[in-house]
Amino acid sequence: MAPALSTDTPQPFHPADGTSATAVLDEGIPAAVRIDHVHKSYGRPGAERPVLDDITLDVRPGEFVCLLGASGCGKSTLLNLVAGLDRPSAGTIEVPGGRPALMFQEHALFPWLTAGRNIELALRLRGVPRAARREEAERLLELVRLGGSYGKRVHELSGGMRQRVALARALAQDSRVLLMDEPFAALDAITRDVLHHELTRIWERTRLSVVFVTHNVREAVRLGERVVLLSSRPGRVVREWEVDIPQPRRIEDAAVADLSVEITEELRGEIRRHGRN
Amino acid sequence: MAGTETAPAGGRRTEGDLAGLEAGLDALDSVQVKRTPLRQVLLHKVLPPVTAALLVLVVWKILVLAHVTDDYKLPDPSAVWGGLRELWLNGTLLDIVWTSVSRGLLGFLAALAIGTPLGLLVARVPLVRAALGPILSGLQSLPSVAWVPAAVIWLGITDAAMYAVILLGAVPSIANGLVSGIDQVPPLYLRAGRTMGATGARGARHVLLPAALPGYIAGLKQGWAFSWRSLMAAELIASSPDLGLGLGQYLENARTDSDMPGVLLGILLILFVGIAIDLIVFSPLERRVLRTRGLAVR
Repeated sequence: MAPALSTDTPQPFHPADGTSATAVLDEGIPAAVRIDHVHKSYGRPGAERPVLDDITLDVRPGEFVCLLGASGCGKSTLLNLVAGLDRPSAGTIEVPGGRPALMFQEHALFPWLTAGRNIELALRLRGVPRAARREEAERLLELVRLGGSYGKRVHELSGGMRQRVALARALAQDSRVLLMDEPFAALDAITRDVLHHELTRIWERTRLSVVFVTHNVREAVRLGERVVLLSSRPGRVVREWEVDIPQPRRIEDAAVADLSVEITEELRGEIRRHGRN
Repeated sequence: MAGTETAPAGGRRTEGDLAGLEAGLDALDSVQVKRTPLRQVLLHKVLPPVTAALLVLVVWKILVLAHVTDDYKLPDPSAVWGGLRELWLNGTLLDIVWTSVSRGLLGFLAALAIGTPLGLLVARVPLVRAALGPILSGLQSLPSVAWVPAAVIWLGITDAAMYAVILLGAVPSIANGLVSGIDQVPPLYLRAGRTMGATGARGARHVLLPAALPGYIAGLKQGWAFSWRSLMAAELIASSPDLGLGLGQYLENARTDSDMPGVLLGILLILFVGIAIDLIVFSPLERRVLRTRGLAVR
């Protein structure tokens, strides 16, 4: 079943500013996200603190990429740049499919609205006519297995349910790109495991491009088709792994564990480097 | 593409297992919201303040019986009750109360209409905040009775003077309430709103204002208290027969007649109206807003 979400043609989204032609991958397929030599620093001119240093990364349409790194690698900064919440100091970011949806570690649902109304607000802001909103919201709740929770208040939901509503709200934006900023980091292990499964299922169904930021190596290997390791202070792309373990994976699979060990070694090396200087 | 996750190999969990696990987690972690039964409300919410009021009455009666001071300074509670009965029987009680309450509410509504846009401006426009913010906070600590002489000179002993004093008392606290409500909106909500396309006026309408509502209502509550206090001060000082008899004038008349039961009755009526409006209008509003957001403890 394909998601019946598209109502209008997406407008190319340039988070930074108006930029060049639509991003094209080497193979000739347009990239879903193109991050091109992006730098970001904070602070006063003259005393800048670099956070991201020359990040270049393309995300293919329908690809699930995990960005992995220790604290201070600028993972969240990078997502904010792609989401258009902030501008890069140099370089360009292109999202040809329109404004990306963004999910945070905190659910960021609005407590004055019910679960269903939260989703409807996203639909409304996207321009979905009033008559169609309720049904679409119910359908999205169904998709995250929360059918019947339309009228629930945010504080009546568990942490895992809140993140599922937040996922449904992000899907309501009908974006081709979903950015996720450690969305499961605050959940307990069993709930997180269930949500990994749900996310994989929904991704396989919708074929969205997902950029998933995490500091959890196993989570990255469990979910991603590609894992990109960033260094810390400033963030640079250190290494990439293609994960060719077939889905459905489980976090305790031997293949997942093996690759995680390898990536963890590399990550530890990166962290150790900071202790030496 | 649905169903691809159904496991091929043994030992893999099936879709059914997972749905069951998920349902179990949802059931375990959800918060059950219960309403407090009426009996408990009466026992824990109504009984204590009523008991306290009765105790005050008992102490008052004892002091009277013990003749601690002259009768004209501390009349018997029954004399105050008699005054109330008399006002009720000659039909003036509701008139007096309504004169003041209608003034208070009308003034409060005007303060609302002025204070809300003012608060929005102060909260969102840095230059306006820099200019007016400190003045608004300062005005909040200025007792509005201090405005009465000025209002009387400008506007005479008129209804307009009363409303001016109410506005000067209530507008700053309503505006300040909205400002602090907006300041306390978690930045995460604004970021979430922006990623969904809620920017500018749409952002204000769908995210900023609803998020600021609890602070705004706290400001309204305080704004009402200030309106009522200011009005009583104005009525006490600027009383004239042309204005119609309000609670403040009633109190002032009782003082000139050295009618202590009347004075006490006036004070109690003013107190009673203030509490009643809060209980009827503002507390339910506040409780409702907080409860839907899961912020109210009870």
